[in-house]
Amino acid sequence: MSNTGTLLEVSGISVSFDGFKAINNLSFEIGPAEMRAIIGPNGAGKTTFMDIVTGKTKPDEGKVLWGELSRNLIGMNEAKIARAGIGRKFQRPTVFEDQTVFENLLMAVKNDRNPLKVLFFRPKFKDLAKVEELASEIGLSDQLERKSGELSHGQKQWLEIGMLLAQDPKLLLVDEPAAGMTLGEREHTTDILKEAAKTRAVVVVEHDMEFVRRLDCKVTVLHEGSVLAEGSLDHVTQNQDVIDVYLGR
Amino acid sequence: MTMFKKNPSLMVFIGLLAIFTLAVTFMSEAYGTGALSTSFVKTLGKTLCLALVAIAMDLVWGYTGILSLGHFAFFGLGGYMIGMWLMYARTEIIVVESMANAALPPTPSEISDAIGTQIFGVVGSSDFPLIWTFAHSFWAQIALVVLVPGLLALVFGWLAFRSRVTGVYLSILTQAMTLALSLYLFQNDSGLRGNNGLSGLQNLPGADAISQDNISIWFFWASAFALLLTYLIAAFIVSGKFGSVIRGIRDDEARVRFLGYSVEGFKLFIFTLTAVIAAIGGALYYPQAGIINPAEIAPIASIYLAVWVAIGGRGRIYGAAIGAGFVSLVSTYFTGGQAPDINLGFYTIKWVDWWLVLLGLSFVLVTLFAPKGIGGLFDLITHRMSPNRHGLPLGPDKGSLREEEAEK
Ligand SMILES: Nc1ncnc2c1ncn2[C@@H]1O[C@H](COP(=O)(O)OP(=O)(O)OP(=O)(O)O)[C@@H](O)[C@H]1O
Ligand SMILES: [Mg+2]
Repeated sequence: MSNTGTLLEVSGISVSFDGFKAINNLSFEIGPAEMRAIIGPNGAGKTTFMDIVTGKTKPDEGKVLWGELSRNLIGMNEAKIARAGIGRKFQRPTVFEDQTVFENLLMAVKNDRNPLKVLFFRPKFKDLAKVEELASEIGLSDQLERKSGELSHGQKQWLEIGMLLAQDPKLLLVDEPAAGMTLGEREHTTDILKEAAKTRAVVVVEHDMEFVRRLDCKVTVLHEGSVLAEGSLDHVTQNQDVIDVYLGR
Repeated sequence: MTMFKKNPSLMVFIGLLAIFTLAVTFMSEAYGTGALSTSFVKTLGKTLCLALVAIAMDLVWGYTGILSLGHFAFFGLGGYMIGMWLMYARTEIIVVESMANAALPPTPSEISDAIGTQIFGVVGSSDFPLIWTFAHSFWAQIALVVLVPGLLALVFGWLAFRSRVTGVYLSILTQAMTLALSLYLFQNDSGLRGNNGLSGLQNLPGADAISQDNISIWFFWASAFALLLTYLIAAFIVSGKFGSVIRGIRDDEARVRFLGYSVEGFKLFIFTLTAVIAAIGGALYYPQAGIINPAEIAPIASIYLAVWVAIGGRGRIYGAAIGAGFVSLVSTYFTGGQAPDINLGFYTIKWVDWWLVLLGLSFVLVTLFAPKGIGGLFDLITHRMSPNRHGLPLGPDKGSLREEEAEK
């Protein structure tokens, strides 16, 4: 797939909470099959940036343009944005604990979301196959019938990534996927994300530099709500500003 | 079918309901030994209707997490809608009969005026209010049983859910709606006979020759059948993906939104559907009770409904049915003056006064110590366990451990 054109274009967004500017005139672009890492100190606005793109937070100003038609996402509700093809993984794993892994995945699999359609929905062969395929990708094939609340922290993170992939989004926003994972689990997570980025855009927020290095992609450094530097990991880690605010501490 | 596979309790429930219905029939005055009095058959029939509305409450609260404190208002509205036809049609028969002796045959408008005087005399009026337009038609009023509460729920739900009112604020809103409705009905010019309500509903029009013994058992059967249908519908709804989505809404509504489901649409669907189910329950209940008045719709009734479901065990269909059946029967026992007073020497406990305290206390105790309610007892047998972590992160260092391991 070619990397020409942009899938998501964020331009000049700002948002403040009680006078505190969490995002300050931020602009950002990503292409249709691109992997991007976002790093930055705590409170840099990484999660808030995702909140804005997914419709959870309304920015005070700026535009978020999406897809070939450059549709403005601002003003659309969360569900609509999700259906337009933006999937999101939260910083702390949020799966439906009281339901099985199978139910969690089936709920996420791309299908008509209309309440009446959902009511009369009975999984077809392709839906079951999709769930099986995803479960094996995230290493949970043997856990399908377990309640997801019983899974380990790392497995929940994977399940959430699996649910993300099940929606078949064009853009994945992944907030700190490796938090709380063992080294082996982290490597597996990198593989899943790299595989996903072959066919779609993936934005990963992560503090762990080793993890970011393994992703081997362009890096955007956020600081105080705006872009401080952008480029390869080696390029940004040599940037004096980045060293001062983030790495040097 | 997944519905039966996922609800092993479904077959058990159907079986028990069938046995219960047969047993009551064979002990009734009309078709059996007469061991059960007709008034007790009515109590049992009414109890089935309460179990029905409790299932509706469980769908909306136990499964979707919307603590509606207004579903008894829909129940009452259903009763009013059918009550209007019952009262009109019966009064019409009486009026026509009494006028048949007159020298001149009465004109339709004379008949209508006479019915109006009969029905609205108690509130000092004789004109039919606009809302009685269709009262002469059985089928129209049956349609209104569904339409009036359904539309009210739809409009109310749309306004509330669209502005994302949730939790305790939503409960308060539903209480406000209930209070407003009952206060309105208390007024004499509400068109529904103020605090007199509608009465004589146990007398089916044109069925004077048939004994209440028979009518009571017919209504009992109808109630049992309606309960069965409600149970099946509820089981169907919660067993599939729709059930997954609404339970997801209950546990983490924001997450469901980010999966692309319109949470508002699902809530509105469940809220309206359960309002309609409640209304049908009411339409079966009040002909057995014989009378409906605005006190039935008072906010406290909807709170009782929540108490029944909590005591029975929310989030499982049979729990709601058990809770409603158990609590309302026990309540009939205590408030009906059947329970013997307890004389403590210095004070006599009269159950009629103390029953509410007992009920309130059991509610608090169940909420604190047995959140799964009576239904939870079945888990002891089947060893059903549900994790109670609700996404609390274990933290980076303990992250790869299961909770039990991490806490060692
Ligand atoms: N809803 C909110 N109300 C008030 N302040 C908020 C809100 N959301 C975020 N903030 C503030 O905005 C700033 C940016 O927060 P954000 O969560 O985006 O940071 P982050 O880059 O994701 O940090 P971390 O690495 O710790 O996850 C923080 O100072 C935070 O306290
Ligand atoms: Mg964050």
